[in-house]
Amino acid sequence: MSKRLSVIDVDRCVGCQSCMFACARRLGEGGLAASCIGVRSQGGMRRGFVVIVCRACSDPPCARVCPTDALTPRSGGGVRLRHELCIGCGNCAAACPFGAVFWDRAQSKPQICVYCGYCAAYCPYDVLALEEIAQEVADAQR
Amino acid sequence: MLKDDPLARVLYVDLSRRRFWVEERRELFEECLGGTGVAVRLLEEECPTGADPLGPENPIILAVGPLAGLFPMASKTVAMFKSPHTGNLGESHCGGRSAVSLRLAGYGAIVIRGLSPSPVYLVIDGETVQFRDGAALWGVRSSYTVGSVLRDHTAASGLRTIMRIGRAGERCVTYACVIAETYRHFGRLGLGAVFGSKRLKALVISGRRSLPVKDRKAYREAYDAIFKAATGSPLMQKYHELGTALNVLPLNEIGALPTRNLQLARFEGAEAISGERLAREYLGRRLACAHCPVACIHLAALRIPHPREPYFYKTSMLSYDHEPIYALGSMLGGSDVSGMFMLLDEAEILGLDAMSTGVVLAWATEAQEKGLLSQSETGGLTLRWGDYPSYIEAVRRIVSQPGDFYRSLARGVEYAASLYGGADFALAFGGNEMPGYHTGPGAHLTYLTGALHSHLDSAGYALDQKMAVEGITPTPEGVAQALLAEERWRQVLGSLSVCFFARGVYTPEAALHSLAAAGFELTADELNSLGQDTLRRKYAFKLREGFDPAALRVPRRILETPSPLGRLDEDFIRQAVARFAAEVREG
Repeated sequence: MSKRLSVIDVDRCVGCQSCMFACARRLGEGGLAASCIGVRSQGGMRRGFVVIVCRACSDPPCARVCPTDALTPRSGGGVRLRHELCIGCGNCAAACPFGAVFWDRAQSKPQICVYCGYCAAYCPYDVLALEEIAQEVADAQR
Repeated sequence: MLKDDPLARVLYVDLSRRRFWVEERRELFEECLGGTGVAVRLLEEECPTGADPLGPENPIILAVGPLAGLFPMASKTVAMFKSPHTGNLGESHCGGRSAVSLRLAGYGAIVIRGLSPSPVYLVIDGETVQFRDGAALWGVRSSYTVGSVLRDHTAASGLRTIMRIGRAGERCVTYACVIAETYRHFGRLGLGAVFGSKRLKALVISGRRSLPVKDRKAYREAYDAIFKAATGSPLMQKYHELGTALNVLPLNEIGALPTRNLQLARFEGAEAISGERLAREYLGRRLACAHCPVACIHLAALRIPHPREPYFYKTSMLSYDHEPIYALGSMLGGSDVSGMFMLLDEAEILGLDAMSTGVVLAWATEAQEKGLLSQSETGGLTLRWGDYPSYIEAVRRIVSQPGDFYRSLARGVEYAASLYGGADFALAFGGNEMPGYHTGPGAHLTYLTGALHSHLDSAGYALDQKMAVEGITPTPEGVAQALLAEERWRQVLGSLSVCFFARGVYTPEAALHSLAAAGFELTADELNSLGQDTLRRKYAFKLREGFDPAALRVPRRILETPSPLGRLDEDFIRQAVARFAAEVREG
């Protein structure tokens, strides 16, 4: 079974962005350049937050629009990225309706969640969790 | 300091010429780390002796520390300037997304000079700096509107700070604040008026840089230790559950909650404005500053009916803390919670410091009761304890200033009392209005001796409560020493731009450990001397600008109303002030 990161209760999100920093720290970096999660307000913090993570689609639009097959569907859902094939066209980022394809400006290449779940361990309020992708969900999406 | 750390970069902005440039100030940051330590040095460089706080020569300095963007709770931006409120040292700390955004935009500090020829707002996105026309935003009635316009017209949602002033800042009310992310503030000492005097309406900063660390594994370990301490600590848990409003009832119980301009220190309506009650009936959401798992920000959801039309409502979300509850609640003798929140809403709309606003209104109420103010002076407005519709009208007039009386209120209680009398009950210390603790000599000595005349300088209220619990009899020397040690250490936290709420987590050992991961090798002694030197510099600035500890006014009221540690004695206070002042200069 494949795993994916899930936003299980966005109403508990306080906007601390600990997950975003965790994602970058996974690679040993400070700051946020390497982060593949986004937390922003829903147009003013009084309305709460939007947590942007890769949903690991079973038929991912980002992979469909990749002209070089650098992004390919992962078995069970989500995508894998082969950097050496990527030409940095940005189609993938434009295709994701959630904005979950982040952009490495220095390399001009996408940054996409690898479904490791490191971030979820740093969410103090159980907003995020690494979950098994249920087969029926994967089938329904397909 | 690691060689590729962007912390050393200082962005200079000249509003007069609309120019900007970056200078590498590596030695400065290596020596002073950042935040308060760096800001005071930049203030020494930038602010000429005798500068007019509302003149183009007064700089705005914003600085963050090395731990921002790397470690949790290093979430504060330190602002330094000459205060138009006290005419002396101005410093204020703001959370929200400010520190992370500034650091990840690739700077350690920003220095803003000059005077813009016309209203302007600055948009700083990494290397890009734009001077944008602010004419249309100038004069907009509500700071909320300004915030939402800027949200729509700038990029990097989630990665930016939107600092803006309200009408109070434009009109140079000396206790106007700067609002960031709607719910956090550079609250005290009038940074908003300095923005306004420069015709600077707003400052938007964004960035998402990477920051280098010395050793990846050591960084993760140091991070985990801090994160665990932050999320596991019972105190942090309390800040998360009830927020700072948790202090209202305990302070009232011991008789330390200033009530009706400190005529009393117990409030019969305390339960109605307690953290517990507000959480039960009004809490609508909790928020965190960027990179802080604690989430101490509490928003009340307030449903306000239209004054005339039925079925029209607005729902405001208002951030509450102990200080605004004290200043706009007990200090004004008000237990009508929705009235209190509507007054707070008006202060936010106008961009006023809620604490000074409350104390100013409390003085005006008592002065009117005592017959010091005529009806023509107040423009026919009668202020009564707990009468919020009148208070809301009064704060509007403090900003619109329709006459000498309101113009004087716009300069704070010290100034107003100098014109109209009632200095004995004008609760300002060093020119800054009183915070919400009447716990004993420690609290008031913090207000008097603290470099910013703020409870946060050295937390004398905590010292008082410790002395009360442990049965220690305060002495002038003992209190002066304890406050000095605390204020010195807080300069270190300020230099790291760590939130003071996290002081229990960032022990000297934890601070050194985190700094090492960020590439700063220091000893505990070096850290302590940085604190000592920073405070000495802040005091030197104050003395240069005319501060005289011996001439500090001690409002009679604090001696009249008994504290939990008994009635305060002026001689005791004077001795402690003298002792503190002598030692800090030598430091």
